[in-house]
Amino acid sequence: MHRTGELYGQFKTLEQQKETATLGMWIFLITEVMFFGGIMLAYALNRHFYYPAFAAGSNTLSLKLGGFNTVVLLASSFTMALAVWSSQVGKKTLISIFLLLTILLGFVFFGVKYVEYSQKFHHHLVPGKKFDIFYCVNNPASCPDVAADELMEESNLLDEAKAADPDLNAHAQLYYSAYFGMTGLHALHMVIGAGLLFWLLKGSLAGRFTPQWNTPVDIVGLYWHFVDIVWIYLFPLLYLIDRHK
Amino acid sequence: MSATAAAPVKTLPEHHYLNATYGIRSWLLTVDHKRIALLYLVSVTFFFFIGGFFAMLIRLHLLTPSGYLLSADTYNRMFTMHGVAMIFFFLIPSIPAVLGNFFIPLMIGAKDLAFPKINLLSWYVYVVGAAFTLYSMVSGGLDTGWTFYTPLSTIYSNSAVAPAVVGVFITGFSSILTGLNFLVTIHTMRAPGMTWFRLPMFVWAHYATSIVMILGTPVIAITLALAGMERLFGLGFFNPAMGGDPILFQHLFWFYSHPAVYIMILPAMGVISELIPTFARKQLFGYHFVAAASLAIAVIGFLVWTHHMFLTGQSTYAALAFSFLTFLVAIPSAVKTFNWVATLYGGSISFDTPMLYAFGFLGLFLIGGLTGLFLGCLGTDIHIHDTYFVVAHFHYIMVGGAIMGYLGGLHFWWPKMTGRMYPEWLARIAALILFVGFNLTFFPQFLLGYLGMPRRYHVYPPEFQVYNVMSTAGASILAIGYLLPMIYLTWAAFFGKVAGDNPWPATGLEWKTQSPPLTENFEVTPIVTWEPYDFHNRPDLGLDAVASNGVAPAHGDD
Amino acid sequence: MSEQEHSEHIVPPSTYLAIILTLLVLTGTTVGAAFVNLGRFNIVVALAIATVKATLVVLFFMHAKYSPKRTKLIILAGIFWLALLLGMTLSDYITRVDYRGVRFPISQVTQQLPAQRG
Ligand SMILES: [Cu+2]
Repeated sequence: MHRTGELYGQFKTLEQQKETATLGMWIFLITEVMFFGGIMLAYALNRHFYYPAFAAGSNTLSLKLGGFNTVVLLASSFTMALAVWSSQVGKKTLISIFLLLTILLGFVFFGVKYVEYSQKFHHHLVPGKKFDIFYCVNNPASCPDVAADELMEESNLLDEAKAADPDLNAHAQLYYSAYFGMTGLHALHMVIGAGLLFWLLKGSLAGRFTPQWNTPVDIVGLYWHFVDIVWIYLFPLLYLIDRHK
Repeated sequence: MSATAAAPVKTLPEHHYLNATYGIRSWLLTVDHKRIALLYLVSVTFFFFIGGFFAMLIRLHLLTPSGYLLSADTYNRMFTMHGVAMIFFFLIPSIPAVLGNFFIPLMIGAKDLAFPKINLLSWYVYVVGAAFTLYSMVSGGLDTGWTFYTPLSTIYSNSAVAPAVVGVFITGFSSILTGLNFLVTIHTMRAPGMTWFRLPMFVWAHYATSIVMILGTPVIAITLALAGMERLFGLGFFNPAMGGDPILFQHLFWFYSHPAVYIMILPAMGVISELIPTFARKQLFGYHFVAAASLAIAVIGFLVWTHHMFLTGQSTYAALAFSFLTFLVAIPSAVKTFNWVATLYGGSISFDTPMLYAFGFLGLFLIGGLTGLFLGCLGTDIHIHDTYFVVAHFHYIMVGGAIMGYLGGLHFWWPKMTGRMYPEWLARIAALILFVGFNLTFFPQFLLGYLGMPRRYHVYPPEFQVYNVMSTAGASILAIGYLLPMIYLTWAAFFGKVAGDNPWPATGLEWKTQSPPLTENFEVTPIVTWEPYDFHNRPDLGLDAVASNGVAPAHGDD
Repeated sequence: MSEQEHSEHIVPPSTYLAIILTLLVLTGTTVGAAFVNLGRFNIVVALAIATVKATLVVLFFMHAKYSPKRTKLIILAGIFWLALLLGMTLSDYITRVDYRGVRFPISQVTQQLPAQRG
């Protein structure tokens, strides 16, 4: 199929082309909903059955880091929306600026995620043979990044959970399976999104996006907002279980 | 003098999609939906013969009660790889990715699918997934059954599970991309005048199939991803040692894999809905009902999945509900069957090869569908679950239904795809061989299962031998029935008689363009002014003689 | 095909600003609510707030409010099928009682399990 300007040969008009691309992206996002739905189901079941273990696991996460990342991601959605707006009104420099901001915020998110993951790794909170939810309580020297009073609190919390669920260490691994599975898949989507943003940035620096033709900005925007929505659910589901103790 | 009286010898058109460009690059980088369809045709045929090879080994092994050919462990790998190759790499892509890809744009009067590059991408995704799976097969194979049940697949199996899971996971995305492309294409690319209720039933069937593809396939993707991560990195959702539940895997797996049956059978139904009106020269009876039945099957198909799990210890109350919902699927299936039969009634039927496949489909799908009700019934399922009754049932649906539809469609559209005709009598004989071989292979398996022979065992009690011998004999005949079309269709593609634009004749838009079609399908975008399958008001088909001498019936106006 | 597609609706930045501020306030609210003991309703409140946030993103950031009916139908279909997956599977688990009258989950970990693969 040949391309005449921005119109691909299988289409008759630019409107038809844009309508088609947008429809395609929405349908793709529905497949993403079902994709995350499978792991949400695993989460929901296990949280229902092993609530004490999930509550204990959630309380070992850092609310500060999680909350900060939530704000970062919401902000990146905002800048993405503004990038789409800039392309609609034809402010070519602004498109690049907002895309760049979105990418930067995405990388801040990755950085925080990296800190969180490596903490969990050092604290023996990765499902598998080495998993030990009591690791930091029993080896405070190996967890210098956890303050003494926090550790005290954690110890009480875990003792309480252990009393409610003798298999706490097994079931807490299910919580961490959910944590790593869900945030890992979310991060993977962010990586893909970041790649798409770089591709957009390249196009916008070349001045390709105009009020008449900005479909790529629009549909990558849809994707980016969707990834944001996933996080909007992940944040309370993973970080905010039983925080009121 | 006599030479001038003879009909002019037909020749292929000068320009068409096959000779538009040459060279291996022009095929591997093509974005023409017709060429991509042929790429898929080659790949799925390859997997069909791999799967068939494993099937032959299984049948040979079961010739004697003690099984002389394969070790128990090898036998497990053979039936697993047979299932994986046939289901994920042949049946699911077969009709949609080959015939659907080729004909949906032609049928709706479009130049191509909405996303030609994504279409090509879907083929490459398929190839990458296939490569992983082939790697699993040659590096020892896998022995979990095609269902990958946990905890066998995640904790206990020593076979090459990981590459196969990765392969099937990847191939799922090819299916998603195809479904997405079809949905968007059918929505936005129809030619002027091609309203929703003028769409050929084949397109409706693919619309329904695409819904299943995009809503079901992501769930199997996440399921296999979780199982794979469990095997590789120790995630625990399906691991009883951590309090996880292996049955959850089955829930997620069948949420896709039951509807996946409709990914296989709905397109076949679409093909049959094209064949029957064409070769009965009569408008499809109850067009709206058949279209609605496709959508109903796609939706209700999502509500029945735990009928594969009645005996796993799932809740009795859930089982009751799911059993009831399973019976509901029979309604739209029956609606379709009755409408096909009503179309035949009073038609002027010709027994061309595609029609023979359509008749084969009708009979086999009927048996396959009705035996499904035995399995969906909670009481009888206790007796026949996990026996050869199940094996026979789903082979009647998938082989008797889906492959009959696929071969019927290939024969119907081969003249359009290649511009050439296959030898008709050879094809009719092959269709008969196939039908006989199929029934001889699988009917005895109903009896075996009813008598209590479990599936997936490499040995069996001696009293079952006679049925097993029948089945193996049938499989040999069946093999001939599959080899013949492959040989003569390939031959015909190069040396067959030139077919002309509309040899049957049929009413679809795809027959209004040349055979083989141009790269851009139509010289000018067609404008549709006629109703589907309306043989009476189509003077362009050259059927006036038939209509006026009273052969065609008067009640084609329903 | 449809004519309303022709005129693209441009959402002004002021709307986006209002939405992002609302989203941030709601994020604070959901964190605050998590520290109040509402018993079983903690999760209900958390999910309700998340759903409001998601709806705002879909309607305004993703322009669903200004999209053709077809887009809205697709979104609803996605929610419906997700509900099918979650709801119908849960219907098994919450009514599952085995022949001894034991409800799921049985404490599996204390049972002996066969050796794992080598
Ligand atoms: Cu089923």
